[in-house]
Amino acid sequence: MAAHAVATQEKQGLSNGMLGFILFLASEVMFFGGLFAAYFIARSDAREWPPVYLLTPEQVAAGVKLEVEFWLPFIATILLITSSVTIQLGVFSIQRGNRSGLIRWTFISIVLGLVFLVMQVYDYSQLHFGIGDTIYGTTFYTLTGFHGLHVLGGVIFMGIILARSLAGQFTAANHEAVEACSFYWHFVDVVWIALFTTLYIIP
Amino acid sequence: MTSIAIPRPAYAERPWILDWLTTVDHKKLGILYLYTTMFFFAVGGILALLVRAQLAVADNTFVNNDAYNQLFTMHASAMLFLFIIPVWAGFGNYIVPLQIGAADMAFPRINALSFWLIPPAGLLMFSGFLFGGASDVGWTAYSPLARSSGVGLDLWIIAVIILGVSSTIGAANFMVTMFRMRAPGMTMFRMPIFCWTMLVTAVLQLLATPVLASGLAMLYIDRNFGGSFFDPNGGGNAILWQNIFWFYSHPAVYIMILPGMGIISEILPVFARKPLFGYKAFVFATMGIGGLGFSVWAHHMFTTGAVLKPWFGFMTFMIGVPTGVKMFNWLGTLWRGSITFEAPMLFALGFLSMFLIGGINGTFSAAVPVDFAIHDTYFVVAHIHYVLFGGAVFAVFAGLYYWFPKIWGRRLDERLARIHFALQFIGFNLAFFPMHLLGLDGMPRRIATYSESAGWETLNLISTIGAFLIGVAMIPFIINVVMAFLRPKDQPNDPWEGNTLEWWTTSPPPVHNFDSLPEVHSERPLWDLRHGNAAH
Repeated sequence: MAAHAVATQEKQGLSNGMLGFILFLASEVMFFGGLFAAYFIARSDAREWPPVYLLTPEQVAAGVKLEVEFWLPFIATILLITSSVTIQLGVFSIQRGNRSGLIRWTFISIVLGLVFLVMQVYDYSQLHFGIGDTIYGTTFYTLTGFHGLHVLGGVIFMGIILARSLAGQFTAANHEAVEACSFYWHFVDVVWIALFTTLYIIP
Repeated sequence: MTSIAIPRPAYAERPWILDWLTTVDHKKLGILYLYTTMFFFAVGGILALLVRAQLAVADNTFVNNDAYNQLFTMHASAMLFLFIIPVWAGFGNYIVPLQIGAADMAFPRINALSFWLIPPAGLLMFSGFLFGGASDVGWTAYSPLARSSGVGLDLWIIAVIILGVSSTIGAANFMVTMFRMRAPGMTMFRMPIFCWTMLVTAVLQLLATPVLASGLAMLYIDRNFGGSFFDPNGGGNAILWQNIFWFYSHPAVYIMILPGMGIISEILPVFARKPLFGYKAFVFATMGIGGLGFSVWAHHMFTTGAVLKPWFGFMTFMIGVPTGVKMFNWLGTLWRGSITFEAPMLFALGFLSMFLIGGINGTFSAAVPVDFAIHDTYFVVAHIHYVLFGGAVFAVFAGLYYWFPKIWGRRLDERLARIHFALQFIGFNLAFFPMHLLGLDGMPRRIATYSESAGWETLNLISTIGAFLIGVAMIPFIINVVMAFLRPKDQPNDPWEGNTLEWWTTSPPPVHNFDSLPEVHSERPLWDLRHGNAAH
């Protein structure tokens, strides 16, 4: 009988786990989409940006300034993009069966992720506005804060990958968790690039 | 007929309670989902009866205003977030792997996680009653009202975020299951309709729920950390909440109804003894509803004046088209069928007639000028109950009567089922039809009481009597279930002459679901076997 009767359960391409993980990332995109939407609506509502006209005399007297520093986040951006490269080098290593390469690159990526987090916390401590200081402060800390939590999640994810690679669990044929981790880390990186562009570059 | 042997795994014996607490079997999780959601259906129903008791007569002081606000908020929250949305996950859990001939869901442990997030979230949502009052801002939680409500709303926010996580990871699980775990021969376009509706529902859940989570996070930040997202004084935008909320909650009404449509589409062909009329049209209509579902959210916000009314009005009319297509699928299926009126069919026909009214009175509100007149009146309350009770709840009971023999191995009594149906059908229409008239008469929703001079008393009293009649209708249902559980499991594999693979295996199925699978050449493999069509 005709061709459409011969349906088979093809198990090629993405595994179930990777497909599920990509769907999870799609839901994450929608989550950040909601946050970005809030930011752009706030900007389109504002007469000027940063919206200094919204500051109350008390806030001005308390020394609130709606300004961000550029160079520290810029360096942090370079580091995060670098860590995306290093985690990918880890994936390439294990694809060739090179477990020590995976361990080395994952370790470097974790360090870069941690440095990023430290720089973010330091950057927070240097700013002259808080989450309650107009929609500017609210959107800034909410967007970068949720991203920071995702970086922390990624660092923990990479820590698990590191522990599992030290335990010898990954091989050239079996390293799906490493790939999933790298997908997640690239996603966190891409979100940051969008955030950095939005918060620091768009005038 | 050929069948394909599937190797049978070995199972370890565990204590009964440990088995249920740690199970990753989709069937047991499905049953847990059904028990949990029916429990919250009962809780939400009792809250509804309290609301109706308060509204029965004018100037009533049965509950005070604060309590009333909590009652209707928690009624809606329980019914939507803890009953209707997860009850489909319950049916889907039990039925989808069986209908596609799989041994389980793609991710059994994530499946268990999806379920076990629900009971604590439900308790968290209701724990507000212990801490100075549950959420009292309506299930829509609009700002600025939501910025000043008590701690019950914070608990509500966290609970809804947890339920959203459950829903989102469950959606990914259903999608991978249906994309990757289908039996040999079952192409996507041979998947049973219920699976298709669960698949489109899963897509909506996966993409819409996280947006609500982002909005809830913003609301939480506004309330607890001094944020200004929804506060114009700080440069925020109160309408932003409505946009985010309805960007989720309008697709969510399809999340709440599509699987019900799927259940009806399984039942009508079986009890009309005809294949579903226009299978592919139905699938495309389901996809159409899913896609258009993302483009109509602002029809909840016409009266804000802050949305593009012609666009959202037009798209809302458009979404009536695929829904109308489905109506004709169902009518075409019934046309010249050999119809019998067992309990599942009664409830399915109840769905058809009541959902039709819900569809038509919904289309009224799509017309912007009409919407300005009926916005936030009882007309809208009537509409939502005709689609979600007349639609979704009738479909829940249709599904329960239909799959009860499969899930529990016993048949529910037909006479009690008829009494249940009659009481529920009459009670439902008594409760909700008068709300159309009250709405046209200008009665606003969410008011705790009303003056006698408004002239709304008679219709409200009828509505309250109807609501209590629905409550009474649950008594024969509960008796029926209890009596069934007292009888031995005696159901054959296929008591209804079903069409889909769940009727191929025993009732209830073994842990591994199937000892063998028939060849699949269409969306109705068992029909093909009965009618000798298997060879083509």
